[in-house]
Amino acid sequence: MSDHGNATSHASPQAAHQTHASDATYWKIAVILTVVTAVEVWTYYATFLRPILAPTILVLGAVKFALVVAYYMHLKFDSRIFSGFFLFGLMVATATILAFIALFKGLW
Amino acid sequence: MSATHSATAHVDAHGAEHATATGLDHRKMLWWAFLGSDCMFFGSLIATYLVYKGRDTVGPTPHTTALGEGILNIPLTSVSAFVLLMSSLAMVLALSGITAGNMRKFRFWILMTAILGSIFVGFQVYEFTEFYQKGLSLGGNLFGATFFTLTGFHGAHVTVGVVWLLSLFFWSFTGRLTQANAINVEICGLYWHFVDIVWIVLFAIIYLIP
Repeated sequence: MSDHGNATSHASPQAAHQTHASDATYWKIAVILTVVTAVEVWTYYATFLRPILAPTILVLGAVKFALVVAYYMHLKFDSRIFSGFFLFGLMVATATILAFIALFKGLW
Repeated sequence: MSATHSATAHVDAHGAEHATATGLDHRKMLWWAFLGSDCMFFGSLIATYLVYKGRDTVGPTPHTTALGEGILNIPLTSVSAFVLLMSSLAMVLALSGITAGNMRKFRFWILMTAILGSIFVGFQVYEFTEFYQKGLSLGGNLFGATFFTLTGFHGAHVTVGVVWLLSLFFWSFTGRLTQANAINVEICGLYWHFVDIVWIVLFAIIYLIP
């Protein structure tokens, strides 16, 4: 997208402004989030999709999660150090969930 | 500052100058570290919910099983999920307003964010009340214990966020919040978007996956 600038520049107030997307981009993301949420709910009620319901819902949820983090939380444009802090916590959380499921659901 | 530890003068969007080793705002750094730790907090609660999922011996249960009809109200929760998503849009527009020095735009959207957040909390109070009347409680069964703990902590996060948003709204009239310290709005926004992404996960795991 052309409406954002150098993510690592902090030399001036103008540069800091450029690390964020434009209002038009925010509205576009909101429309996409709305559509994906509608598809999620439709998937829940679509009986023919029952066999692949869980992976479909997880993928759609991941898309929404990534859009909010990248654009609304500005991680796409911000320093990678911030991404590192967040992704570390996210990975520990995911590993905890998977480990608990493996241990308690008899997969280990 | 020693010669071996060179610092970069960081001028943020608000004119405040801070010397930091990375050139990044240390308040944002701290906040991202907090959000990473909050991921682990909710990760542990989600892990507990998933471990106990489907192990109830008595109802009510989330989805229809041999123990009875499902208790979850998907249409209602879909609307509340949409409301919280739209509050994230309002939040970024509020930040956009204050970074551009447009306080009128900031006040409108920050108030809109707080209102949408309050509506979400209202939906949750209604849902909790309805579930309680249908026999679901913290001590009743595994689903009740894990559901109320998980969504209750999320609701508490949202409530704290609404108070924070309203504080920013009122401080903008007193001169305590101006374009010069818009970083305070950005940090509040990070927190607000975080509660939004947690709900994206909870909505999928609790409500949409039987």
